[in-house]
Amino acid sequence: MLIELKDVRKIYKVGVERIQALDGVSLEVRENEYLAVMGSSGSGKSTLMNILGCLDRCTSGQYLLGGHDTTRLGSSRLAQIRNEQIGFVFQSFELLPRTSALKNVELPLLYSRKQGWWNRRKLANASLERVGLAGRIRHRPNQLSGGEKQRVAIARALVGGPSLLLADEPTGNLDTKTSEDILALFDRLHEEGQTIIMVTHEEDIARHAHRVIRMRDGKIISDEKQTGRKPA
Amino acid sequence: MSGTIWLPIRILLLILQSVWLALGQIWSNKIRSALTTIGIIIGVASVTAVIAALSGLKASVLTEFESIGTTTIFAGPDLPREGKFRNLPWHKIQFEKKDLENLLENCPSLEVYTPATWRSTSVRYGEQTVENMLIRGINNSWHKIENRSVIDGRPFSIIDEEQGWQVCLITEEVKKELKLDKDCVGQEIQIDGRSFRIVGVVEERISAFDMGRSKAEVYIPYETEWKLWRNHPVILAKAKKPEVAEEAREELRFYLRKCKGLKPGDPDLFRIETVEQVLRQFEKVSIIITTIATGVVGISLLVGGVGIMNIMLVSVSERTREIGLRKAVGAKPSAILLQFLVEAVILCFFGGLLGVLGGQGMTSALARIPNAHLDKAYIPMWAIGLAFGFSALVGIIFGMFPAAKAASLDPIEALRHE
Repeated sequence: MLIELKDVRKIYKVGVERIQALDGVSLEVRENEYLAVMGSSGSGKSTLMNILGCLDRCTSGQYLLGGHDTTRLGSSRLAQIRNEQIGFVFQSFELLPRTSALKNVELPLLYSRKQGWWNRRKLANASLERVGLAGRIRHRPNQLSGGEKQRVAIARALVGGPSLLLADEPTGNLDTKTSEDILALFDRLHEEGQTIIMVTHEEDIARHAHRVIRMRDGKIISDEKQTGRKPA
Repeated sequence: MSGTIWLPIRILLLILQSVWLALGQIWSNKIRSALTTIGIIIGVASVTAVIAALSGLKASVLTEFESIGTTTIFAGPDLPREGKFRNLPWHKIQFEKKDLENLLENCPSLEVYTPATWRSTSVRYGEQTVENMLIRGINNSWHKIENRSVIDGRPFSIIDEEQGWQVCLITEEVKKELKLDKDCVGQEIQIDGRSFRIVGVVEERISAFDMGRSKAEVYIPYETEWKLWRNHPVILAKAKKPEVAEEAREELRFYLRKCKGLKPGDPDLFRIETVEQVLRQFEKVSIIITTIATGVVGISLLVGGVGIMNIMLVSVSERTREIGLRKAVGAKPSAILLQFLVEAVILCFFGGLLGVLGGQGMTSALARIPNAHLDKAYIPMWAIGLAFGFSALVGIIFGMFPAAKAASLDPIEALRHE
């Protein structure tokens, strides 16, 4: 089992008000699953993503990633886990400006305990090739199209060989055609064995996933396998 | 190659990486970085220039004293600051002529001595009068003590000294000021209305202590000075060797106390100075000046440091999203801290570098000022080290707060930052 969430709760305090962002979420994700998380804003799906991505800690409950309990870890250990096991893809790409595609992809390797600098370029090149951008490694973000930017971001997420790819509205800033390309890329990565969790609020996009969970008010209200999946 | 890398190497690589990132960041904000470091540049430039000027002055003074020699001893009457002799009248403490008669027998470490006087008075030659000419009463042995010989004519003879003849030696400058003939030996000049025959010309010495003062000096035998004007002497003497300078000083002190009839416990009624002492005094003054300059520079570095802190805070705030992303992809707080700290230190370091260069420029300019005796001014290595050390320290101190702020940012909040 790659991911085990056991009765996870997250409470924010805003002034005197307590906001229950997650209200007892339990979830299991196996290796090589392709999961879509759906829900309206305020449903708790972003909080869930942050916890799954080790960017945030739950108030109570337990989160096991690859069988290891992450609940009590300090920020340095969490950073290392993010570096080695999780790849993030954001809606707005989050590429460093004035920095080449290659350097952007190398970024996670800068903070890796496992990879030396002598491997960075090779790994980054391989990752860019994997997303089909081998010819554009010298380009800077402002010289790339939206779809290319997101491919660079995906290459960056994959460069460390993460066990989990977390995508937060990856097509939110892209047109339909480009979105389809990116989703096709996700399908391929999934076929290559990558575990993917994707947050979206569009049914069309969620249809690519094998499994869809829907959230409301900090709770999972449905969790179903997709049979009538859109072909890649 | 996979697997964990040896820790020290990893830290070194992390620092190198931070340096590289910081250089890139500074380069992409050239103007801002340059403006930020101006405070540091000015601070470092001024301290290095002050230290260079002092070093140059010290070198000049040292050369000066080396030419006089470290064996020269000066003794003159002086009132103690406190005690029963505090208000003694001057005529009670001044040296008597007879005090000097047995000086050499009583001070075996002394090679030679001369009674000496100096005063300013008017000197006339024909139509030409110079007010405030320096008149010095000396004996022949003065040439040996001051190491200045007669370059034209002859020095005072024993007869000149014993009889108190009205003869004089002059410097080249006197020739100019009195418009004397080129070959002036044998001519007569009027000192205080009395006629003196010029018997020789004494070589001039360039001295750091003559700043702006005329090098025109007239020398007459001490005996003559005494006969005509009753001027009491001070003592200029020379020890046999530098090693016995201190002994000579003690012998002279013992002898002078005996002459003055001082009892044990009474304070000295005179002051004896050696070149060593004067040097030590100069050393003291230069330490004080250096300390004050360092203080002033400390303040300007403080101001510069606040500038650095300000710009680093702006930088952290501008790059919040970037920090968030770096954290999301696995940068530990310590890595972010290091990145911003290194950036601040490098900024300060550049400031220090430009400051040292600026200081060198100011030093070269100082060295070109004529008659300021700063031509030997140079920046010593320790000052350069100090400048860089201080700059780095300012970077660490003032970079720490912004860097810590960056390191403690919450990645989620940071990525949401607009």
